[in-house]
Amino acid sequence: MSGELLNKITLSIVEGRPDEAVDLTRQALADGLEPLTIIDEGLTAGMNIVGDKFQTGEYYLPHLIIAASGMQQAMELLEPELKARQQAAESAGVVVIGSVAGDIHEIGKSLVGTMMSASGFQVYDLGVDVSTEAFVAKVKETGADILGLSALLTTTMTVQRQVVRELEEAGIRDQVKVMIGGAPISQEWAETIAADGYAEDAVGAVELAKQMVA
Amino acid sequence: MRPKLNILSDQSVEQIIAEGFELLMNPGVRVHNDEALKLLADAGAQVDFETQIAHIPESIAWRALETRPSEFYLYNLDGERVVHYGGDSVQFDPGSAAINVLDSETQEQRQPLTADFVKFVKLVETIPQLDAQSTAMICVDVPEEIGDLYRLYLALNFMRKPIITGAFRKDTWWTMKDMLVAMVGSEAALAEKPIAVFDVCPSPPLLWSDLTCQNMIDSARHGIPSELVSMPLAGATSPVTLAAAVVQHTAECLSGVTICQLAQEGAPIVWGGSPAAFDMREGTTPMGAVGTWMIDCAYTQVGKALGMPTHAYLGMTDAKIVDAQCGLESSGGALMAALAGVNMVSGAGMMDFESCQSYEKLVIDAEIIGMAKRLIGGIEARDNPIALGLMQKLGHRADYLAQPHTLKWFDKELYLPSAVIDRGSLDSWKRKGAKTAWERAQDRVDELLATYQPSPISDDLRAELREIATSAANKFGMDELPPLPLE
Repeated sequence: MSGELLNKITLSIVEGRPDEAVDLTRQALADGLEPLTIIDEGLTAGMNIVGDKFQTGEYYLPHLIIAASGMQQAMELLEPELKARQQAAESAGVVVIGSVAGDIHEIGKSLVGTMMSASGFQVYDLGVDVSTEAFVAKVKETGADILGLSALLTTTMTVQRQVVRELEEAGIRDQVKVMIGGAPISQEWAETIAADGYAEDAVGAVELAKQMVA
Repeated sequence: MRPKLNILSDQSVEQIIAEGFELLMNPGVRVHNDEALKLLADAGAQVDFETQIAHIPESIAWRALETRPSEFYLYNLDGERVVHYGGDSVQFDPGSAAINVLDSETQEQRQPLTADFVKFVKLVETIPQLDAQSTAMICVDVPEEIGDLYRLYLALNFMRKPIITGAFRKDTWWTMKDMLVAMVGSEAALAEKPIAVFDVCPSPPLLWSDLTCQNMIDSARHGIPSELVSMPLAGATSPVTLAAAVVQHTAECLSGVTICQLAQEGAPIVWGGSPAAFDMREGTTPMGAVGTWMIDCAYTQVGKALGMPTHAYLGMTDAKIVDAQCGLESSGGALMAALAGVNMVSGAGMMDFESCQSYEKLVIDAEIIGMAKRLIGGIEARDNPIALGLMQKLGHRADYLAQPHTLKWFDKELYLPSAVIDRGSLDSWKRKGAKTAWERAQDRVDELLATYQPSPISDDLRAELREIATSAANKFGMDELPPLPLE
């Protein structure tokens, strides 16, 4: 019986029905299934299939994003249960991400955040126009492994350098890997400002993040 | 008769406009600029200064639509009207603000330097199909903070055609304005015969950033035309349905026209944009997608229905080299824009999602533009009866090449391309070196650059421009601007 329910959860993720994923997760908890089982054999199993289908070209971004949203909503239900059991979902690493001060462009940054959380990272998305102080504070608070800085404008890319400098000032530069992205950004720029890496797109960002925490 | 593309039914246009007005009230428009919020509040909009959201009643926006000019002209440095914003006039300028240039030797992208953009400005001057310049590249040999005004500084030294430009900061707009004023003598002269347009870009959905809003207000108060560049990304920052993306574009532009006219009634403003049909695999903003063209044509029709001058970013490609994809995407967009009657079509030379300019693509695009302009010239009778007089005289003789009628009409009826377009026989093509379009474009670039006529501006004016730009550079840690590559 539990196997059938977990399959349904997997299917609700794969076929893009977030509400159903949440309802089924609630039902699974009521049936006495362990949260970690629900995550591993239900939700994550679904995300893996979605990831494969995206890689092979069958799925497009909307499939990926809605699946990740279903996963996130179900996780909100499961996290208090995990805490009560003093358990934690396996995390690939902690990521703080946002668009730098003066930059209000959201889409690329959010895509990277979603892809990362779908790949098992614990992502704190601070949004857009994020002050340098807020980045530094969040990195300190969460002990983040990775800080992702997005800038779409040639005028805001210089702020990425500011953030790197502030991390140095705060004495936490060597505790966190800084990855940067955005239309005008290049590997060359990453080297210029002493960031740890640059990725061209969301898929590349996830690969880079995995290398960074490996 | 001139062929005309109306992609929407009259009824759809009406509904899109009605829904655009409704969005101005609910959810309203985010305006991150206190001056604009105050203008809106004083005019009777419900403004929440805390959340910076303005709910704009239809009546205020309608009043703005009554005070904006339905047409205006841009002038060249000789004081001649060369660009008409209004009606169904169709004109073309290069895509602007590329962060890369496609190197003519290596065919690889690299960051532009002063000499690259100067070469580009000169090339644009020599291309008859292009009606205006644009600040097409961002040069990296000056501090980023003056990247916007430095482009204009360079262009002003080498151009005669008017220019489409834009500021990246609030303070640099003033330096750019000062340079334009220096060019024509006074603020009044600039307002009377504008030689430049400033692009102002709302951020989707429904947001005016402080910078772009202030640029628009400052331009309005100086009688300098603003060009709205609203850019819904269908499926990402706007609804995915093309019609709904146009509704969002309508609301953003209506809010722009409203703020502009509240700042200065009668200030010239253009209904424009750079939307894209978001790519659902790569997460990119393709300018060569058919969905992108359709949104552009549709909002142009909406703008015309509201009596606005229009603009669109079309005729570009997402290809990374000058290849078949480059040609097919650029032609599709340019032809659609011409058929839709877009007043200013920006994009020539541009590739890789508005990020890279290419001299070679520019001269190929010039041929596309030539064809597009010919297309909308339409098919005219020329004679009445159309053919009877000549055909009944010649009977069955195929002797038209020798007729004065042919000599009189051939260069009006037929578009005559440059050697970029190969129409020789196979043998003749081989004899000339079996050159690809890329190689022929390289030849054409060199040929055109050799015909460039130096700008007519005086040494005094050159010095004044340099002083203005240098004093801005000084503020950002650069003592001397790079030397101008003058011959």
